Amino acid sequence: MSRIALILGPDGGADRVVPPTGATARLTLLTSAAMAFLAVFALALSMAAGRVATTWADALARTATIRISAPAGEIGPQTEAVLRVLDQTPGVAAARALTDEEQRELLDPWFGSLPLDDLPIPRLVEVTGTAEGYDVEGLRQRLAAEAPGAVLDDHGRWRRPLVTAASRLRLLGGIALVLILGASAAMITLAADAALAANGQVIRTLRLVGARDGYIARAFVRRFTLRAVIGAAAGTLIGALAVMAMPGPGIGEGFLTGLRFRGAEWMLPLLVPVFAGAVAWLATGAAARRVLRGMR
Amino acid sequence: MGQDCATLTAVQDGVVIELSDAAYGFGGEPLFAGVGLTLGRGSFHFLTGPSGAGKTTLIRLCYADLLPTGGSVSIFGHRTDGMGRDEIAAARQRIGVVHQDCQFLDHLPLIDNIALPLTVSGRPVEPQMQNLHELLAWVGLGHRAEAHPPELSGGERQRAALARAVITDPDVILADEPTGNIDWDMSVRLLTLLAELNRMGKTVLLATHDLALIRAAKAQVSARVLRIAGGRLQLAGADL
Repeated sequence: MSRIALILGPDGGADRVVPPTGATARLTLLTSAAMAFLAVFALALSMAAGRVATTWADALARTATIRISAPAGEIGPQTEAVLRVLDQTPGVAAARALTDEEQRELLDPWFGSLPLDDLPIPRLVEVTGTAEGYDVEGLRQRLAAEAPGAVLDDHGRWRRPLVTAASRLRLLGGIALVLILGASAAMITLAADAALAANGQVIRTLRLVGARDGYIARAFVRRFTLRAVIGAAAGTLIGALAVMAMPGPGIGEGFLTGLRFRGAEWMLPLLVPVFAGAVAWLATGAAARRVLRGMR
Repeated sequence: MGQDCATLTAVQDGVVIELSDAAYGFGGEPLFAGVGLTLGRGSFHFLTGPSGAGKTTLIRLCYADLLPTGGSVSIFGHRTDGMGRDEIAAARQRIGVVHQDCQFLDHLPLIDNIALPLTVSGRPVEPQMQNLHELLAWVGLGHRAEAHPPELSGGERQRAALARAVITDPDVILADEPTGNIDWDMSVRLLTLLAELNRMGKTVLLATHDLALIRAAKAQVSARVLRIAGGRLQLAGADL
């Protein structure tokens, strides 16, 4: 805390001993702002991907379909048996057999207007689980016993790749954030190195009049940290406004309409300038110590 | 002239800087060796010798800007080869250094440059503003307080460097060819300022190749003249 106070508090003139370097200052501000803007988007992407992964996993985990294939005369009794089993199964919130009309609508995209009435179409039963879910293997065994023509499809085959993709997207968002922070650190280190090299004479003069390394390092660290924080704050604000301008979750249900932060997530972008400041503080401090070690 | 001595000791009380059998060389080639020099509190020494003999190097050894390659140098009783960086900084707060090519922070006005030793040592500058202006007037720069260093002439820069060197009331003033860039009248004026500081109890070591200046100092200060040449430090003559 005392180190943060040293950077944010009155510096007794330490900051003034660093000459103003217009181009470097503007570049540091601009790059910090750009990095913060990208970081906010990476954060939004990561959060949205996380939400999508969770939503898909939850939604798909709670729904299942039972397909009943049996001779025409047995379809009805087996369907009733299946619904009875489901009614007695803990974790099943709702179950219903699709009507003929609903099944025809499902097949329309593939068969068009072909007459399907004579085809032996399996009966489909839609199952919705509770939040706690049901025992899939247990249900399979009971169905096999009560309705031999019933096959339970818990959507796992196509649910898993989707959830995996969303999870990886979230991971990529996180990696992008780390890379942005790393690039920010590299950029600030380069800017600090350039400024320190350009101010070699200033540093020698300060050492000559008795400045301690800590004083000199603090002056540069303070200058670059403040620049990085101010730039990052501006970039974060613009990034947050841009994310806010994205369509909200109520408009359609696609992935792109879910990029906005939700509720407390809006607090997360506030961490970006803090991280930028911390990165600048560490990077400039290391650069200053490296340069000072080469001088007496 | 030419009195060879292992250790040249000033008679005043207390030792502020001491070189014992000190040597310095570049790439194995010794610039000087076996140098013994003790600067007592309140002493005034001239250091003379031909160009390249090692005057600047010897001065730099005296504020730990260089470490000796042989023997030892002690500042305020501490060997420089054992001092940490913060100890060196603390010692330099008690040593005022004036170089021929004195450097300033060009983006700050002169008054802030003079106050720099106070600023870096964490001492408040505001209560010292009166002293700062008086000091600037003392070195004849009272009207240049807000000027920036690049606007100053060579003589003004030398006097400004002297003002900066004494603002913290240091124990020692090391001046390396401080009159190198200025005319005779200004050189004498600078010498007068150094003599005045010496009368106030400051230890002064002034490196110069200007023998006329040393002779001119005779009336103002009791000084010893050291000559460095051929890798040896010698006492050049009796007190001026």
